[in-house]
Amino acid sequence: MTATETPILDFPSIPLDNYAAVVGQSEIDELRALARPLRAATVRMVNSTAVGGGVAELLNRLVPMMRELDIDANWDVMTGNSAFFEVTKAFHNALHGAAYAGTGSDFGTFEATNRSNVGTGHEDAEFTVIHDPQPLGLIDARRPGPNRWVWRCHIDLSRPNPAVWAYLERLVLRYDGAIFSSPAFARQLAIPQYLFYPSIDPLSEKNRDLPAEIVTGVLTRYGIDAGRPIVTQISRFDRLKDPVGVVRAYRLVKRFCDCQLVLAGGSASDDPEGSEVLEETREAAGSDPDIHILELPPSVPLEINALQRASSVVVQKSLREGFGLTVAEALWKKKPVVASAVGGIPTQVIHKHTGLLAHSVEGTAYQVRYLLMHPHIAARLGEQGHEHVREELLITGNLKRYLTLFLHLRG
Amino acid sequence: MKEAEQPFQFVTAPFLSRICNQVAYNLLDFRDCLDHASDASIFHHTFQSLGRNHFLTEGFSNDFAQWVLASLNRARLAERLGGIDIRDYVSIAELRADLLRMVDEFCERRPNDAQLSAFEPFHFCEAVEVTAPLDLAARNLLEFRNCTMRLSHASFYHHWIASRLRLQLKTNDFSNWLKDGLGLAELARRADRIDIYTNTLDSARLEMMGFIDEELSHDRN
Repeated sequence: MTATETPILDFPSIPLDNYAAVVGQSEIDELRALARPLRAATVRMVNSTAVGGGVAELLNRLVPMMRELDIDANWDVMTGNSAFFEVTKAFHNALHGAAYAGTGSDFGTFEATNRSNVGTGHEDAEFTVIHDPQPLGLIDARRPGPNRWVWRCHIDLSRPNPAVWAYLERLVLRYDGAIFSSPAFARQLAIPQYLFYPSIDPLSEKNRDLPAEIVTGVLTRYGIDAGRPIVTQISRFDRLKDPVGVVRAYRLVKRFCDCQLVLAGGSASDDPEGSEVLEETREAAGSDPDIHILELPPSVPLEINALQRASSVVVQKSLREGFGLTVAEALWKKKPVVASAVGGIPTQVIHKHTGLLAHSVEGTAYQVRYLLMHPHIAARLGEQGHEHVREELLITGNLKRYLTLFLHLRG
Repeated sequence: MKEAEQPFQFVTAPFLSRICNQVAYNLLDFRDCLDHASDASIFHHTFQSLGRNHFLTEGFSNDFAQWVLASLNRARLAERLGGIDIRDYVSIAELRADLLRMVDEFCERRPNDAQLSAFEPFHFCEAVEVTAPLDLAARNLLEFRNCTMRLSHASFYHHWIASRLRLQLKTNDFSNWLKDGLGLAELARRADRIDIYTNTLDSARLEMMGFIDEELSHDRN
């Protein structure tokens, strides 16, 4: 096993001032004012992967932003062998409520790997933020002195496997605080728990403004008619995203509105269950030429951006959901959203204000139909959804929460 | 142009939401949580939710009313809770008492409805506010105007809305300084009467700037 590594930030750093066009100069000035008392403070972010996944993507943006504010921010990636990552994958599933068939040696593997990562990172930092369960055990290396440790939990802990949670909780309770993405994902803990929404980057390929010709080019490539309403769900082919339910809702809408359905998600080639769900969805779609099922390669942010921008209504009919950031992506593009009231979605869709919530296939169909028939209401919801994302769900807001937290922890 | 003895020092005051260990699954739970929630929690779901959702100018008032509407589908109670105007309160105790009274009246009249499960539970949170000074201070009305235009939403909200509780007066930081610092009582009153429920923070600020510009033009004439 090797020690922690400092990844090379692989995104081109976007200067903070570039965000002023999106959030306003006053918000950037405020970030600078908050960072002033933190000048030269040392911050250490720790996770378990340098590439792939939302946390790595976030840290790739957040760490350079902190540095631009003269904070000495660093990012350590813990390392471990395949046995460790098998254990933490099992922990991850168990924390989501799955059965856990591990043995006592799993905990030993977890502890040994955490121990082997001690002493190699930026351990003198004033503020250490540990992301997700894998590096939780690094708290054993906490040094005496004025330092603060916070656990940032990106997963839903509402129904954890009791054995795994009991093991991890004793580590969590040694932190100065924990951060969750939604109150619904938190546990009752004896340490302070803070609410940090996940965020999107408005200047990323997936969210930046696109010229109209790129959007129409993508529609043409997939044979989608730009002249008729488009109802879209962007999600991997997973039963919990209920793509078959979306097809059923579309059929109810189609009786009254001549619309098309786009179901676009990541390739299912390496996921046996995903392949099954994709097949079930194709079967449900039958030979309807207005249903477009798109298996997109893993990294095509620009195409997802274009499909969202071309949509008349965006649907997220999940049966269970994490935070569901695809909703925020659609809202940012001023799209009216119809979504299930599960996971983090009600945080994003304030019913009748920033979108419409539904609880069934029939409810989803009704709300979609209503929005297609009342474009002025759809436009108002889209505008307000955009403002909601600007206020709460952009990466600049995430940065502000971290600065505020550090100031608060300093007391 | 009149100069104030004490300049108006602008600050910014972002806040963290802290998750409390109180969750309501129906209206009876909600009533109990409301009774025992911290003052910071009541503040968060009323005063601060108005600041967070300032861009909603139709029918949104506070988190409690929105939950009763969206998760309990009780429109009448939601309307009553949403009708609460935070400008009427100088203490959280008074605000809490009114919220409890409305919920109690509903529960007494419709005891069965009070036990119905909500679509989504209500999680009580509270705010942890951190203030930081900005490089902005005003000694006269023109400087005040220029500085106010440069404020973030968090800062404008802090001085114009959240300050009411801190001052324990039916006024706000801006009006307080305009009246006591510059002796502009009428301008202070007009700034205080801008409707925070039918304006966004941006449109409220523009309305305030309009009043200030009128005052400045009188000053010039």
